[in-house]
Amino acid sequence: MCGIAGLISRQRVKENGKRIKQGIVLQNDRGNGLGAGYAAYGIYPDYADLYAIHVMAMDEESMLEVQSYLQEHFVIQHMEDIPIWNRVIHDHPLVKRFFVEPKESIIKAFPVPVSEDNYTIEKVMAINDRQEGAFVFSSGKDVGVFKGGGTPADIYDFFCLDDYEGYTWLAHNRFPTNTPGWWGGAHPFNLLGWSIVHNGEISSYGINRRYLEGFGYKCRMQTDSEVVAYLLDLLIRRHGLTIEEATLALAPPYWASVEREKDPEVEQRLLALKIIYESAMLNGPFAILAGFDNGMFSITDNTKLRPMTVGLADDYSYFASEVSALYEMEPGLERVITPRAGQPCIVNLDHGAESREAEAPITR
Amino acid sequence: MTQPEVHSSNPPQETQIRPEPGLRSAYRPVFDMSVCDGCGICARECSFNEIRMDTREGKKVPVANRRSCGACHRCEYTCPLGAIHIEENKMALRPHGVWKDSAMQRIHLQAASGAVALTGLGADTEVPNYFDQILFNACQVTNPSIDPQREPMETVTYLGRKAKSLKDVEDIQHFHNALIRLRMPVVFAPMSYGSINLNFQKAMARVAQKKGLLWYSGEGGLHKELYPYRDCVVLQVASGRFGVSQEYLRAGRAYQIKIGQGAKPGIGGHLPGEKVLEGISETRMIPLHSDAISPAPQHDIYSIEDLRLLIYAIKEASGYKPVCVKIAAVHNVAAIASGVVRAGADMIYLDGYRGGSGATPSIVRDHVGIPIELALAAVDQRLRDEHIRDQASIVAAGGIRNSADVMKAVALGADVVAIGTACLLACGCHACQRCSSGKCPWGITTNDPDLSQRLDVDWAEERLTNLLEGWHHEMQEIMGLNGIYDIGSFRGNRLILRGVGLSDRELSILGIQHAGE
Ligand code: SF4
Ligand code: SF4
Repeated sequence: MCGIAGLISRQRVKENGKRIKQGIVLQNDRGNGLGAGYAAYGIYPDYADLYAIHVMAMDEESMLEVQSYLQEHFVIQHMEDIPIWNRVIHDHPLVKRFFVEPKESIIKAFPVPVSEDNYTIEKVMAINDRQEGAFVFSSGKDVGVFKGGGTPADIYDFFCLDDYEGYTWLAHNRFPTNTPGWWGGAHPFNLLGWSIVHNGEISSYGINRRYLEGFGYKCRMQTDSEVVAYLLDLLIRRHGLTIEEATLALAPPYWASVEREKDPEVEQRLLALKIIYESAMLNGPFAILAGFDNGMFSITDNTKLRPMTVGLADDYSYFASEVSALYEMEPGLERVITPRAGQPCIVNLDHGAESREAEAPITR
Repeated sequence: MTQPEVHSSNPPQETQIRPEPGLRSAYRPVFDMSVCDGCGICARECSFNEIRMDTREGKKVPVANRRSCGACHRCEYTCPLGAIHIEENKMALRPHGVWKDSAMQRIHLQAASGAVALTGLGADTEVPNYFDQILFNACQVTNPSIDPQREPMETVTYLGRKAKSLKDVEDIQHFHNALIRLRMPVVFAPMSYGSINLNFQKAMARVAQKKGLLWYSGEGGLHKELYPYRDCVVLQVASGRFGVSQEYLRAGRAYQIKIGQGAKPGIGGHLPGEKVLEGISETRMIPLHSDAISPAPQHDIYSIEDLRLLIYAIKEASGYKPVCVKIAAVHNVAAIASGVVRAGADMIYLDGYRGGSGATPSIVRDHVGIPIELALAAVDQRLRDEHIRDQASIVAAGGIRNSADVMKAVALGADVVAIGTACLLACGCHACQRCSSGKCPWGITTNDPDLSQRLDVDWAEERLTNLLEGWHHEMQEIMGLNGIYDIGSFRGNRLILRGVGLSDRELSILGIQHAGE
């Protein structure tokens, strides 16, 4: 059992973390105080074009090693300690952020062109794979993840989230069953622009992980949820699937319902998605909320063994495990939607903020 | 040594009795004479002439020769009064760590015959069966199991060349045409017409058609009566090229090039002329009563480039049907599989050490090749490491005994599992391993007209259907208790498996953790 909350302004109006905190703190009972976290988009306008690499390290030495690794492969435009307030949480790792861009000289020197994103991912994976006592937990542009061991309120205060302004916020309250106490196991999981919070267990983890390893991703966070962030990166950014297609690949309809599809073209495309992305499919009980640079979406398993609700008001969409949390974030909700099992809800800012259809749940 | 029974009551004195060690069977029928009414059915049913009827005190009684019983249990099942059971005809041997009775018996047998010792079915040695040392996980608390009685539990499987990503699919129609949909990840293993009879092939073909599965023709061609089942058959092109005609190359749902067989890697096959009866001669396109010889290698394949040529020749000739290449699991199977996939195969069929055969030298069967579990794990990982796993499906075969074996193979990485011996057993076979004799008492691995008619097609169809339905339910149960509703999330999901009593080396090849980890 875990708690999820999210909010997004379709006009990209920024606000600090107060409302998302209310939304997740209300769901305190869904966690056990051993893990919580937040992700916010639009918080680094001054460095919006640079990869914001958030690093956790157990000691100074490991942090320095990561720093010199980054120096070797990137131009570090700015770096600083992530501000913390450690009156309540005393026992914590070091947290630092680096605003970087790949070294042009290296990128240019590759015999085959490498995108900056792919280059950055590879370096992030290399750090997480090889560096003892340190790892990268956030690597996108103009986005930051803040997470650790503690209650949602404690982690919020620890990272001083009153001081950040973002247009998309995600929050998670964890009841860890796999890796209690390990800060790397807290949600959100992030890679580049993808941040996910997850409630449930991924029974397909074994094959999802092997599948991702075939594409160079390294799963080192000792928990199943991280695969979702990497899968989104692979399917959407690298394979060019639309958000909707990606949701259909990750949480596909049953074969039986695909084969009932009337339109043969739609059927063929759905079948192809299911066949090609068999190993990417998520199985088990799950509700996932994902943030990306241009929006947010939720998916659940086909039997909806984990809850997800959506609320709409003005130009905002709200997501939460419990309806009460939606009202906690916005008392004046216009509409509350309970997605059916397996039905994704997508807010895509690319589709224009005025279109109300775009955020309505996709009907299968 | 026991002497063979001497039938005449008064052996002539001048004849020296010659014992013939080896000509003694390890089993014998035992008759309950308080029940037996002397009907003589057993003597007719025993195709090995173990039982003859004799007259004792004016009453007809069955008598065992104790020379040729192989424990097929045909007489036991056919005796209307239940008067027969089979016992081990054990010899009291002084225990010897080296010269165990099987070793000794083989020597006796060969000393008596001077021939290569032939046998049927798969290896019966003590080589570890890794399936027995692998256990499944199950959901508890944090991850609810799914009840297959109430929730959908899907086992649909697609075979053939897929794609790395959707954008790699240029022509979606073409993409789908190249794939074969199966209702569950089980197919019938190739068993040729000749090694088995038409009745058995027909039963498999009917089940495959009704259940949305595949059956494989084996190398004996496709009998004209089986053309109605062409939409679900994988036709084989083997080294003997038996039955490969223009029509044949158009008829199949897919084609299989046979390079090797798990029961006899590296050697060919031989169907003796006396078994090449009318239907077989016609279907194989060889003269009546001529030996059907399958050479060890395909004589146009001496390298991987040659294989590529044949794959594409078959694709061209068949109108671009999927091509499967069957290889035996041998030491460097992973490298070979990778080559085969790069040569253009759409499916790779791995036949493991315990794979069956209608006739194979037991020295080869028992001493060559590697178990399917290890081969499968190595091949699946190798194809993934080389980023070509999407280009070909893996069919795993060789000693699959039950639905747990199927699901373990799938979790190790198989797309689908092929069953052969299990189908024989379903239709009465008792694994007496005498398939090569052509006298199968259950009418399966024989083309003797009288014996063949023992196998009723409808009955065999029902037995096979029952077996598969039972397995299907069990497979769904195993998925459900792991919280997985689609076989796709089971496939290659080795985290579901744990090894017991395996060394680090074995675990690392299988790619699984030890129980307790
Ligand atoms: S029918 Fe089979 S079991 Fe019975 S005596 Fe003959 S060989 Fe033995
Ligand atoms: S198929 Fe027939 S001959 Fe072969 S093992 Fe089975 S019962 Fe014996």
